[in-house]
Amino acid sequence: MLQLVKRPQPSKAMTYLSPLLALAITLCAGVVMFQAMGVSPGRALHAFFAAPLASKYGWAELGVKATPLVLIGVALSIGFRAGVWNIGAEGQLTFGAICGGGIALWLHRAETGWVLPLVLLCGALGGMAWAAIPAFLRTKFNTNEILTSLMLTYVAILVLSLLVHGPWRDPGGYNFPESRDFSESATLPIILAGTRLHLGWLLALAMVGATWALLARTLVGFQVKVIGQAPAAGRHAGFSLNRMVWFCFMFAGGAAGLAGIIEVSGPIGQLQPSISPGYGFTAIIVAFLGRLHPLGVLFAGLLLALSYLGGEAAQILLGLPLAVTGVFQGMLLFFLLACDVLIHYRIRPRRRMSSAAA
Amino acid sequence: MEILIPAILTVITAATPLLYAALGELVAEKSGVLNLGVEGMILLGAVCGFAAVYLTGSAAAGIFAGLAGGMALSVVFGVLVLGFQASQVATGLALTIFGIGLSALLGQELVGVAYQGLPKISLPLLSKIPALGPLLFRHDFLVYGSFAMAFAVYWFLARSRAGLVLRAVGDSHDAAHAMGYPVVRIRFAAVLFGGGMAGLAGAYLSLAYSPLWIENMSAGRGWIALALVVFATWRPWRVFIGAYLFGGITILQLHAQVLGVGVPAQVMSMLPYLATIAVLVLISRDRNKIKLNAPACIGKPFHPAA
Repeated sequence: MLQLVKRPQPSKAMTYLSPLLALAITLCAGVVMFQAMGVSPGRALHAFFAAPLASKYGWAELGVKATPLVLIGVALSIGFRAGVWNIGAEGQLTFGAICGGGIALWLHRAETGWVLPLVLLCGALGGMAWAAIPAFLRTKFNTNEILTSLMLTYVAILVLSLLVHGPWRDPGGYNFPESRDFSESATLPIILAGTRLHLGWLLALAMVGATWALLARTLVGFQVKVIGQAPAAGRHAGFSLNRMVWFCFMFAGGAAGLAGIIEVSGPIGQLQPSISPGYGFTAIIVAFLGRLHPLGVLFAGLLLALSYLGGEAAQILLGLPLAVTGVFQGMLLFFLLACDVLIHYRIRPRRRMSSAAA
Repeated sequence: MEILIPAILTVITAATPLLYAALGELVAEKSGVLNLGVEGMILLGAVCGFAAVYLTGSAAAGIFAGLAGGMALSVVFGVLVLGFQASQVATGLALTIFGIGLSALLGQELVGVAYQGLPKISLPLLSKIPALGPLLFRHDFLVYGSFAMAFAVYWFLARSRAGLVLRAVGDSHDAAHAMGYPVVRIRFAAVLFGGGMAGLAGAYLSLAYSPLWIENMSAGRGWIALALVVFATWRPWRVFIGAYLFGGITILQLHAQVLGVGVPAQVMSMLPYLATIAVLVLISRDRNKIKLNAPACIGKPFHPAA
């Protein structure tokens, strides 16, 4: 039998090796899964991980898909470090898209340069407003933020559905539940000609830098680390847990709202009932896979963006269902959580009690 | 009364899956394990149950497959959390993400397949009682089973020795370990029970409530079940009341649409989620109440010293 023996100190090497190990095991499990589905594993893995990156357009799409994942993943990792579980980023993304999109629709005749910044700002504020609800309920009424933030995700998606089926429906849209297209001045500019890569990618990169600076260089960042690693020490140092909850929710809500408005004013270009294939949930995987470190989250975001592209490519090339992407993502997180045991524990053959005590 | 009976019957159908899932999670939490993967286990139970009926035509096989599907996913949770000391919150979320994906993948061929629903079992004589008969004694197997399960869980936790041990493990794993109880094995059993119940909840959704398979058909019921356990302050009979309260809210929304209440469908659909938040706030406001009733070791990892 094997036995877990606690390491005196968490292993630094394992912290970085664990995601790679998890990725390798996920690929092996993928081979088994494709075999079971009767698809040649070689062709399936090629479709998933190589075909999407065969062109400049493909690389640009990687950035497009990674933008929301990195934006949200970076912000969530701050909360996860501090032990604040904001699971409702998908709802904050949706509400950000609603608020920013509402401004874009309201100003659809305005042709000036300040429309886009205003739209983006309202998106971020919308996400913050939606995140403020679970933060308020947690700090004021001690309500579990996991459940409230998740319930609010369903509510936000219903609000969006209500708006695009009703008051915000495009008058010239043949009754489809979609808003009118956003005007040129409310649309994110393309930064790489011939592709869909937009300004949002640069915002996501800026977010990575800003979060790194926040963690490494500011008092708030220090408080996040202390409260996460040693809550008692944080209390003795006089760090307020309630303020930390508020900070984490506002930070992640703003980032998720920004991601939402970037999606609708970039690749989508209008409001419609479904604006995200679960970016807010996948960002949770991104945060853990990236070791809750901004730079790691950037790489993890690119990898999971590839899983979305790969899912689409496998659907087109091999007729595989899109749900394979979700299975891959779930497996990756499972294996990562399992491999993470190696950070804090060594695996040893079980020995007898007397020799273990000696 | 004639109008009320169908309404109450639909409340029962809406409450049954919540009751199963919440009872399972209650037992898991009482042993000190917080499994946030209920939603994923429900979905896997739903797709496995429906697939089994599709393949064999037997309702019993469907129910059993639902149970097994939920349990299979909870094994993954148990191994990761109890064996590999993984974070319970993160693993539970992974379970939900994985369950949504896997159930959609397995259910590819089942979308659009019709099923007439689980057979209704009319209890002899009792079902002939006017009003009460059709209300209480003309249901399918899973509805009767949910009543029995609610009572069984109550009896187990409050009256049985094994239940006492399980609660001890949830309140102080170190003390229970010192007394020689196999903490990890007991928790694993509780997690398996939770998975099985979530699987039954899913099987009820796809075999009796809808009855059909659609991707993501649980629509947040797993999360509502989690909230119900808090709402019930970890007491089985309150879980029962909570499940019927929420079943009622779900049905209110359907009936309001039929009656043509001038409120958009989406607003009515928000009701169960908003109600969940409202009851959570009401219950959690009182910190002492939560502290007194919640299992003291919930969510904490257990690693024996030697």
